[in-house]
Amino acid sequence: MGKWTRRAVLSAGVVGGTGLVVGIAVRPGNPTETAGHLVAGEGENLLHLYVKIDANNRATAILPHAEMGQGALTALAQMLAEELDADWDLMGFEEAPAEAEYANYTFGRGYLFKGIDFPGAVVPTVDGLMLKLSESLGMQITGGSTSIRATGQYGVRVAGAAVREMLKRAAAKTWAVSVEEIRTAKSTLFHDGSGRSAPYAEFAAAAAKETPSSTPQLKKMSEYSVMGQSKPRHDIPAKVDGSALFAMDVKRPNMVYAAIKRTPVFGGTLKRVDERAARAMSGVIDVVQLPTLSAEGMIGAYSAGDSVAVVADSYWKAERALSALTIEWNTQGNESISSEAIFQQFERDISASTDRKNDVVIGDAATAFDKAETILSADYRVPYLAHTTMEPPNATAEVSADRAEIWVGCQNPLGFRQHIAAQLGLDFDKVTLHNHFLGGGFGRKSNADYALQAALIARAVGKPVQLVYSRAEDIRQDFYRPAVHSRFKAGLDAQGNLIAWHNTYVDKHEPIEAPLIPYAVAAQDIGHVASPTHVPFGAWRSVDHSQHGFFTESFIDEAAHAGARDPYEYRQTLLKDKPRMLAVLNRVAAEASWSVPMEAGRGRGISLQESFGSIVGQVVEVTVSGGKIWVDRVVAVIDAGYAVSPDGMKAQIESGIIYGLSAAMYGDITIEKGAVAQSSFANYDTIRMHDAPVIETHIINSGADIGGAGEPGTPGVAPALANAIFDATGKRIRTLPVMNADLRTDSESSPSVAALTR
Amino acid sequence: MTTFTLNGEVRSVDTDPETPALWVIREQLDLTGTKFGCGMAQCGACTIHVDGRAQRSCTTPIASLEGAIVTTIEGLKSADGSLHALQQAWIDQQAPQCGYCQSGQLMSAAALLAVNPNPTDADIDSAMRGNICRCGMYGRIRSAIKQVAGASFYDAMEGSQNG
Repeated sequence: MGKWTRRAVLSAGVVGGTGLVVGIAVRPGNPTETAGHLVAGEGENLLHLYVKIDANNRATAILPHAEMGQGALTALAQMLAEELDADWDLMGFEEAPAEAEYANYTFGRGYLFKGIDFPGAVVPTVDGLMLKLSESLGMQITGGSTSIRATGQYGVRVAGAAVREMLKRAAAKTWAVSVEEIRTAKSTLFHDGSGRSAPYAEFAAAAAKETPSSTPQLKKMSEYSVMGQSKPRHDIPAKVDGSALFAMDVKRPNMVYAAIKRTPVFGGTLKRVDERAARAMSGVIDVVQLPTLSAEGMIGAYSAGDSVAVVADSYWKAERALSALTIEWNTQGNESISSEAIFQQFERDISASTDRKNDVVIGDAATAFDKAETILSADYRVPYLAHTTMEPPNATAEVSADRAEIWVGCQNPLGFRQHIAAQLGLDFDKVTLHNHFLGGGFGRKSNADYALQAALIARAVGKPVQLVYSRAEDIRQDFYRPAVHSRFKAGLDAQGNLIAWHNTYVDKHEPIEAPLIPYAVAAQDIGHVASPTHVPFGAWRSVDHSQHGFFTESFIDEAAHAGARDPYEYRQTLLKDKPRMLAVLNRVAAEASWSVPMEAGRGRGISLQESFGSIVGQVVEVTVSGGKIWVDRVVAVIDAGYAVSPDGMKAQIESGIIYGLSAAMYGDITIEKGAVAQSSFANYDTIRMHDAPVIETHIINSGADIGGAGEPGTPGVAPALANAIFDATGKRIRTLPVMNADLRTDSESSPSVAALTR
Repeated sequence: MTTFTLNGEVRSVDTDPETPALWVIREQLDLTGTKFGCGMAQCGACTIHVDGRAQRSCTTPIASLEGAIVTTIEGLKSADGSLHALQQAWIDQQAPQCGYCQSGQLMSAAALLAVNPNPTDADIDSAMRGNICRCGMYGRIRSAIKQVAGASFYDAMEGSQNG
């Protein structure tokens, strides 16, 4: 573990009354003493960790989040501009450096680690949060849909309001008037009594000497003028002309390229490698063997097995030579494991339910089932899923005996830097990390394996190295959304009302509430059993909600149909005490014209899911004919409390839906002989233009606490799709992906018709 | 030695003739807007124009470009530096998210409109189905293409039909 030599300077205050829990401020006094050299250039005054103002009155938000397409940086800049009263045309942003000052866990921990004790090394005090040099300081995470609702609400807005106060105090001193007489608008200070005004820049240097309050007055929703507007994203122009720089676009002097292959059977080790043919090939510089890399991850520990890399003067030559290696692996007894065996294990462990742990127990389920008129049982399954970010994992590294520099696109720059320092045995301060735009993240790029490999290869060859995963390596060496089996039992009374709910599933990660249902069912028993496999776990967009959303929102549909009730109305009756959820459900049904009957061969399905603080309702429309399915339309409604950037939120919901739909339709990572069987988009396909539905998104600003946007669109699409297929065909999809299901009607699948349509 | 015209300039490269054009363009000619997504012509991130037609550069041997007119995303703008109508439409529709696939999406769309200025939905499906967007911005990409074609489209931002 590399040593921390930089003193931690974050402090946190407590804000009462407005629902804000943690404010952030630099302690003590002027942030330029500690963070100024990190982010402020010539002519710039750093007034707060998150705010600097230059001589031209341009304010820059310095934001501790990565840009991976979610648009969070633009929305966070809006939040800052709002509280700062900054002129939007004079507002810019940049990603904060991977420095301890910009750790963001203080905001996100409440969401990311709900129910988990935080390391005792972090001790809150009355006047601030004194951070010790612990692992928890290595968190600069973009994940958990936390950017807006955590960093934005508790950090950036507080910073903006605090800086506005500092500017007013500085101007009041110079103008010899009271602070209360000064108002601000469009990056300008005004004293109406004397007719004086000045741009922020004029007082930026003086204001930087003021101490930021951790409890400044924040605006009310009715006062917002920048928040709530759909501001064009600042990162988009560079993404239409090829000028946006991703990590893979980095080029260093004398840089060479590396291709890599990790043990295909998870947990395997390198037995021997015959390098002769590869080394004889044109352009090949070296063959490097890498040991198994383990890291205590910020979101769970992980390890990456033994690997072999080929280094060459072009990536194509490196990749070509990699396939010329003859490698033998030790498979550590995992070589016979298959998906079939894994699902058999899940079935066995659920049936045994030894050491079953409860998520929730309400009422007396056993008695309720005894009283039930109808008992409905069903088993659901989902497969492993890979992330397949468009930009495959890659990193560029330059490593000398006492320094390392890394160029990467990642979801946790500070954590990556810490891992790299530890792996190389360097002090944290000797590692520099440059984070770039991510060509997709979805959770994959929160694990530092690819950056660690690049660093080790660069050290081995003594040159700057760019390591790039082939698509096959990306798919076969991911950290996977787990395969899951979930068993349900529902009890209905004589009128079809749901009176008992029992659910046992395997494998529990985060968020812990994912398997719970919002419905008023008097007797519930929801629990899980452990059933570990050798397949690496990873956070995949919406994490546990991605499977449980499909399970619970499908099974509630089954219960409705078993009770001969309309699935929308059935949910309505179970949500009488949940006005926010009911409002979303009613709105999505209305927007989708739920009550209008559909023609034969078409179907409509509904789902409702709360995740990451937001409620999303979806209605999916499908056409099924001759065993083929077309997803025609998705109508979505989101209540995230308040949409800081309405179009940005809609774009996130559209994205989350396509991501979830790709998985629901085609996503199927299978294990054969201990390894992942898929290796390309040909056998791990996604939704494409021709099968993408029209998506209509509607926003409800209920004024509730702000929720996330990046993930909440994903969980609800699979169940709404499955429910729509049932509506169209009477066939219940209990195993994903849909492409493996036989959707032909009975007459279509009769031997004579099948022969005609073959 | 392979000689071809790249974004209006004659370029010669001396490399293994089998080298995919993608890597020559990125590593030797330093134009990084063309992206590596799969190396197997399955995702479209590396799409360029060869004599006006959309082609996957990751499976195009450099030797096959001898004498060809090649355009990459960096060459899509007009000579005076103004954006191609599709690039502006991409901004108007806020089409990119992570942006990694968008060079390829734009090159495929530009090749389509060059020969078919009024594409049907089926034409768009056919021209664009080779381009994956993992951020799932297909709806906005379709809208942007239709915006340029002067056709009616669903405006996700406004939540209504446009044009």
